[in-house]
Amino acid sequence: MRPFFWTLVALLSHWRRHPANFGALLVGLAVATALWSGVQALNQHARASYDRAASLFGTAGVQSLVAARGGLISQDLFVKLRLAGWKVSPALEGTIRIRGAPFQLIGIEPLSLPRGTEFAGVTGENALGDFLEPPGRTIIAPETLRELAAPEGAAIVIDGGKTLPPIKALSGAPPGILVVDIGVAQAVLDRTGHVSRLIVKESSGDGVPPLAGVAGDVLRVLPPREEASDIRRLTDSFHLNLTAFGLLAFLVGLFIVHAAFGLAFEQRLAMVRTLRSVGVSARALVAAMFGELALLALIAGGAGMGLGYGLAAALLPDMAASLDGLYGVRVAGQLTLDPAWWISGLGIAVIGALAAAAGELFKAFHLPVLKAAQPFAWRRAEQIFLRRRSILGCFGLAAALIAFLYGNGLYAAFGGIAGLLLGAALLLPLLLAGALRLGEKTSSAPLAQWFWADSQQQLPGLSLALMALLLALSTNVGVGAMVEGFRKTFTQWLDERLIAEVYFEAAGDSEARQIESWLDQRPEIIAILPVSRATIQLEHWPVDVVGMKPHETYRQHFPMLSQVADAWDDFERGDGVFVSEQLARRLDLALGSMLEIPTAGDRWRAKIVGVFPDYGNPKGQLRVDLASLMRHWPDTPRRAYSLRVAPKAASNLIDAMQTEFGQQIARISDQAALKRLSMTIFERTFAVTAALNILMLVVSAIALFANLLTLSNVRLAQLAPVWAVGVARGRLAQLEFLRVLLLTAATSLLALPLGLALAWCLVAVVNVQAFGWRLPFHLFPAQLAQIIALALLTAAVAVIWPVIRLVRTTPADLLKVFANER
Amino acid sequence: MSARRALFILAAFLAPVIETSAFADGFAGLGGEAKGFAEVVEGTPIVFPRDFGPHPAFRTEWWYLTANLEDAAGASYGLQWTLFRQASAPGDERQGWAIQNIWMAHAAVTNAKEHLFAETFARGGVGLAGVTAEPFRAWIDNWRFSSRDDAPGAGLARMMVEAAGPDFRYKLNLAVDRPPVLHGKNGFSVKSDDGRASYYFSQPFFKIDGVLVIRGQEIKVSGLAWMDREWSSQPLTATQKGWDWFSLHFTNGEKVMVFQLRDETARAFRAGTWIHADGTSEALDRDDIALTPLSRIHLNGRTLPGQWKLTVKSRGVEVETTPLNADSWMATRFSYWEGPISFRGSHEGKGYLEMTGY
Repeated sequence: MRPFFWTLVALLSHWRRHPANFGALLVGLAVATALWSGVQALNQHARASYDRAASLFGTAGVQSLVAARGGLISQDLFVKLRLAGWKVSPALEGTIRIRGAPFQLIGIEPLSLPRGTEFAGVTGENALGDFLEPPGRTIIAPETLRELAAPEGAAIVIDGGKTLPPIKALSGAPPGILVVDIGVAQAVLDRTGHVSRLIVKESSGDGVPPLAGVAGDVLRVLPPREEASDIRRLTDSFHLNLTAFGLLAFLVGLFIVHAAFGLAFEQRLAMVRTLRSVGVSARALVAAMFGELALLALIAGGAGMGLGYGLAAALLPDMAASLDGLYGVRVAGQLTLDPAWWISGLGIAVIGALAAAAGELFKAFHLPVLKAAQPFAWRRAEQIFLRRRSILGCFGLAAALIAFLYGNGLYAAFGGIAGLLLGAALLLPLLLAGALRLGEKTSSAPLAQWFWADSQQQLPGLSLALMALLLALSTNVGVGAMVEGFRKTFTQWLDERLIAEVYFEAAGDSEARQIESWLDQRPEIIAILPVSRATIQLEHWPVDVVGMKPHETYRQHFPMLSQVADAWDDFERGDGVFVSEQLARRLDLALGSMLEIPTAGDRWRAKIVGVFPDYGNPKGQLRVDLASLMRHWPDTPRRAYSLRVAPKAASNLIDAMQTEFGQQIARISDQAALKRLSMTIFERTFAVTAALNILMLVVSAIALFANLLTLSNVRLAQLAPVWAVGVARGRLAQLEFLRVLLLTAATSLLALPLGLALAWCLVAVVNVQAFGWRLPFHLFPAQLAQIIALALLTAAVAVIWPVIRLVRTTPADLLKVFANER
Repeated sequence: MSARRALFILAAFLAPVIETSAFADGFAGLGGEAKGFAEVVEGTPIVFPRDFGPHPAFRTEWWYLTANLEDAAGASYGLQWTLFRQASAPGDERQGWAIQNIWMAHAAVTNAKEHLFAETFARGGVGLAGVTAEPFRAWIDNWRFSSRDDAPGAGLARMMVEAAGPDFRYKLNLAVDRPPVLHGKNGFSVKSDDGRASYYFSQPFFKIDGVLVIRGQEIKVSGLAWMDREWSSQPLTATQKGWDWFSLHFTNGEKVMVFQLRDETARAFRAGTWIHADGTSEALDRDDIALTPLSRIHLNGRTLPGQWKLTVKSRGVEVETTPLNADSWMATRFSYWEGPISFRGSHEGKGYLEMTGY
């Protein structure tokens, strides 16, 4: 034990003498762990939120009954089931808007709720009376209270003018959901006499008649996990994206660790030789190095976990916004993590550190005792490594090619991207070395030749940092191009899709008729275009059936990806339907094929005559002729309208309608406001991606800085002779600065094609797999220039401190180089 | 027996509600006046069939049926069917879900080996639960206690009762040929020394027969049933923590009801009614009744009396009661002991016992 201890002490003493090296190692590992664990924390937290949302009604042993054909259930049927012995509890779900933001409102009946359901706790044992007794209570999660910016006890007025019961915050309540009594919900949602769901425990007592005997085929059982798996399925791709980001960042971090430990190993060769000479066995030495590494990994990993937690907490609002924007899924605003997260995070830090240092440990074990402690021996060895790495890089590229050509699914897509990025990164040093050799050949002045030669010699020490930079830059280019491309496509699509000037929804069907006949009399109205919506399931996928009139407005503007000839005429006859791109891809529907649509009464066979883009919609969508919709789903409410109005008359019309009808209009908006809202959602959706992008760049800057700093300690040996022959320190510093910028610029240039390849993978492969839509590929030169500038800035910031140190090096220090062996 | 239900409901069922503004007196003010609710006034006549039905002006009331049954082989069973109404606020009844009336019901079947029970809750206003006086009909979910379809308008003369729970259900017919028995002073039943009271009458003469289904096994049974009706707005005093209530059927056709409200700070408040076989009755004097626990049973970490010595001096009654099943614990949301008993001594017979607050 004692040799182990003293060996460990000796090894650790190195870090005291080389704090910069130590810092690089710690920072690298901490940052790697932070990014990985932060992303994992976000994923874990989001999934926990989904489960919480799903367990509102889906606790073990509890099932939900919903209307078999969608829509609402009559309260009379609920009473009939209770009187027949079915221990069902009613709930009514709906969406309300508060200052334009949507919230889910759920009405529950606490007295009949099965024990163990989430809401049984929501009302709280001591608050039942408050909840039931008018005005009742609106139960919300504390984070939702903050979101509403309302004090506890406030009675919130929702859009449309109705007032909710006083708010009561309850920790543990589902986020983004407002829970009220069923009677209150019926009044607020204007659905008196209706419920949307019946919650039931599996056992309903002895001698209870079967469901069909009481309710016929009006109801169907919603298995408890169907909802959770729906959300999980929808969001899986999002989390896979995040995981991929996290993994990439972790790898970048490990590059730093590898570089720092490699350098330390070389610097300690003399010490290792001494230790071995005084009788420390190779095994004891490696054991001590293992111990050292594990200790460092635990310290840095612990710090990294703390950082990761902070990172996750900081990114959580962005992720919540993304999930809300993409899937309409609510995530709690308060991070909650289980112990497994901490353990796995620390575990990955230790494993990562060991993996990054495995080569060095192996070398230490096999080092001959009397091998001369040659400084920078590792640079020579680097030549061999360079070759090995290049071969590995080629393998990576080949794997990527195979994945893209033969792979299928999201994992194959990410596998391909990983192969591409790593392959390119591993080949980077080779390409840079080639470029530097080329530079050497084309220069003739002695200082220039020295510059090129010295750069080549320095390359191995910097190559890992440059690889990290390459990864960060190409990810930035790729993701940036994807997001920019998406924004451009999305904006165009919105312009075409939102063609009407005014959109409104009446509070009820009779109000809708009333408003319609009023609008008929208005001179500024060019067209009244009612829209109606039914929800169905196609192959277990939720699909909205949207009915619209085949009006000129749509014929001319409704964006289509592909359509048959005379598509609109088929549509108007009710023979043809349009399907969204997601739906077509998911169910593999071809243009011109027949589709069987389950309707309220029968099945409707219709031809697919068009495919339209429907970006951002997690559900599938069918567009059908309004008259056909009303024929097949006669009970569908018809309350939503698009209005074509003389453009300048729009705002006056909205004012007039609001004055005339007040609360009879549930929602009204003009085109500009809707576009603004859509773009806001879009921007929020990519906020977390943008944040991770920046972080990656920051990490690679740290890598570069750490490398430069550690190198500058040993650079004197090369610089002193050049200084001695008359090159001033200032000039040397300039050259150092130039060198780093040059290498960075070369790396950025390589990052461009790599990033564009990545962008292509994202839009053509990942997006299609993850979201079901394919985006056109766009190039954005200004964005690329911006990224290169950012890279150079990053490098300049990283090199500035080592260069300043060089300028300040005293001649005495430079002279020492000649005095010492080194 | 008014005491038992009143405290039961207040302490247990709606303890949460007590903390609300409608019950601003708070739990400690259990004895406070029920502001806004109707008061129990001595001398108010009890009228049938009107008073079989609900009294929404009062805070709380119940319909309570217990029965001592036997199967063909002579094995004993007990049956319970109880429905409570509690108003969360005074004033005119509101409509729909907003109604003040909350209903709670318990059902149980007991034999020597098993005690099976179930509970259910419902809000009034939407048809899930309620009571009508004429024809008499009390229901919650698929539990019913009502006039038979073939005998509407006949008061309580021909009735049916049914309920179901996990592993049990029952459906029985009841018949009676005597009018209900009024407790206290013509139905004005005092509950404490400071004059708290309820309206209280019983129908102890039901003959009952029908089918119990226990774990899928059908058992034909018949026997005697006892129905209680009670309503009030005034809770008990804060120091009355529990009660013991007995209803006894003597083999000679006479019956007796006695209860005691155990008080933390004073001697127990006792009252009762002696019921002759012909249906006439007399209230029993407080000091005429003695109740003494003879043994203890331990259930779910609680200790409560097992056998009791019950004496009514003026009638020469001195009996020892024994539960059919000592584990007749109603582990409902608000739990208590209720089950069939038999007794011997000066008299013999069967009955029901309820013990709360242990």
